[in-house]
Amino acid sequence: MIKVNSPGLQTTVQDFGRIGYYEVGMPPSGVMDKYSYIAGNLLVGNKENAAVLEITYMGPVLEFQQDAVIAVTGGVMQPKINDRPVGMWETLQVKTGDVLSFDFIKQGARVYLAVAGGIDVPLVMDSRATYTLCGIGGYEGRPLQAGDVLKIGTENETDIAVGTRISDHLIPTFSKHHEVRVIVGLCSYRLTEESKERFFSIDWTVTPEANRVGYRFKGERLNFVEREQPFGAGSNPSNVVDLGYPIGSIQVPDGVEPIALLNDAVTGGGYATICTIISTDLDKMAQIKTNDKVRFVAVDINEALEIRKEYQNKIQQIKEQIIRQAGGVQNG
Amino acid sequence: MANQKSVLSPIPGVFYRKPAPDKEEYVKEGGNVKAGDVIGLVEVMKSFYEIKAENDGVLAQYFVENEDLIDAGQEVAVIIEQ
Repeated sequence: MIKVNSPGLQTTVQDFGRIGYYEVGMPPSGVMDKYSYIAGNLLVGNKENAAVLEITYMGPVLEFQQDAVIAVTGGVMQPKINDRPVGMWETLQVKTGDVLSFDFIKQGARVYLAVAGGIDVPLVMDSRATYTLCGIGGYEGRPLQAGDVLKIGTENETDIAVGTRISDHLIPTFSKHHEVRVIVGLCSYRLTEESKERFFSIDWTVTPEANRVGYRFKGERLNFVEREQPFGAGSNPSNVVDLGYPIGSIQVPDGVEPIALLNDAVTGGGYATICTIISTDLDKMAQIKTNDKVRFVAVDINEALEIRKEYQNKIQQIKEQIIRQAGGVQNG
Repeated sequence: MANQKSVLSPIPGVFYRKPAPDKEEYVKEGGNVKAGDVIGLVEVMKSFYEIKAENDGVLAQYFVENEDLIDAGQEVAVIIEQ
């Protein structure tokens, strides 16, 4: 058991996500930075869909009531066991009575705590992910609160030696200025040529309205091509006839402030989506903070697939490194 | 010699010097604070986080205005220990 002495700002139980229900309006939720999540689970020998804690901006204080093997990955937030600094991206041992806490966030926005066996909460529609807007999944459908007690599950399959570490070149770094790659569409035709050009040539500032549902950006007003709105579309020029929103799609209600829809967002609606963040860069979005600057960069589908291949290749390298350090033996 | 202690915000967001728009400021510059007193509020992701003094003393100066956007780790005020 792990006792929550203090919850941090927003700490939720997450796994890979509630996949397969998008068409009935259920967003996937799940971890926002999948790379850090996968690395964390690998470092503790978990199955790939084991649930972890997603920590945002401020770390919790957790008291372990049993021995456990853990790993902390993601943005840079110095973890401490009994006030002694310990490594990130590394397999760590905690003993009964140990207290895990964190310093201020130094880089990125989200940190992942993987525990060998995973965080054990009931499955809801095949997933342990917390979806706070609906109050389902995770720990009672909500972020953690002081006094909560988390159970450790049995979702581990490999014993990983304490001290196993991922090499530096596979550990992402995060600055305050980000390039986020997108594929233009589905409704980019609604923007004027000038606004399309401006969208990709200015730095957008992340507002305080930036969470698991979506990120809102401030920059300058964008304009839509004038037209007589078709039947079924709202009266604002930023409206189209309702469509499904891809995860990572960016809409600009009334042309004022672009919003990137993320893991907990509404699944469809009537705003023109002007582009969609490519899957690898959704991980990057997870590590972007309020006040950071974002420049959007357009890529085509072939470039996006190439980038995804490189990403999967990195994950493969992490797997091989960890198995090598574990002596090449896999129990599962 | 009095010690100066910086008060940092652990999170980014909008900084407020009062608990609500129609309320008094938590502390005025030059006012006394005790460890644990709230000296400001930061709003991010639709939640509010209270920034507290970590020691007793005089809140000498705020470095950010009400409703300023601040970064994680930014110094928001300084307390002179007494």
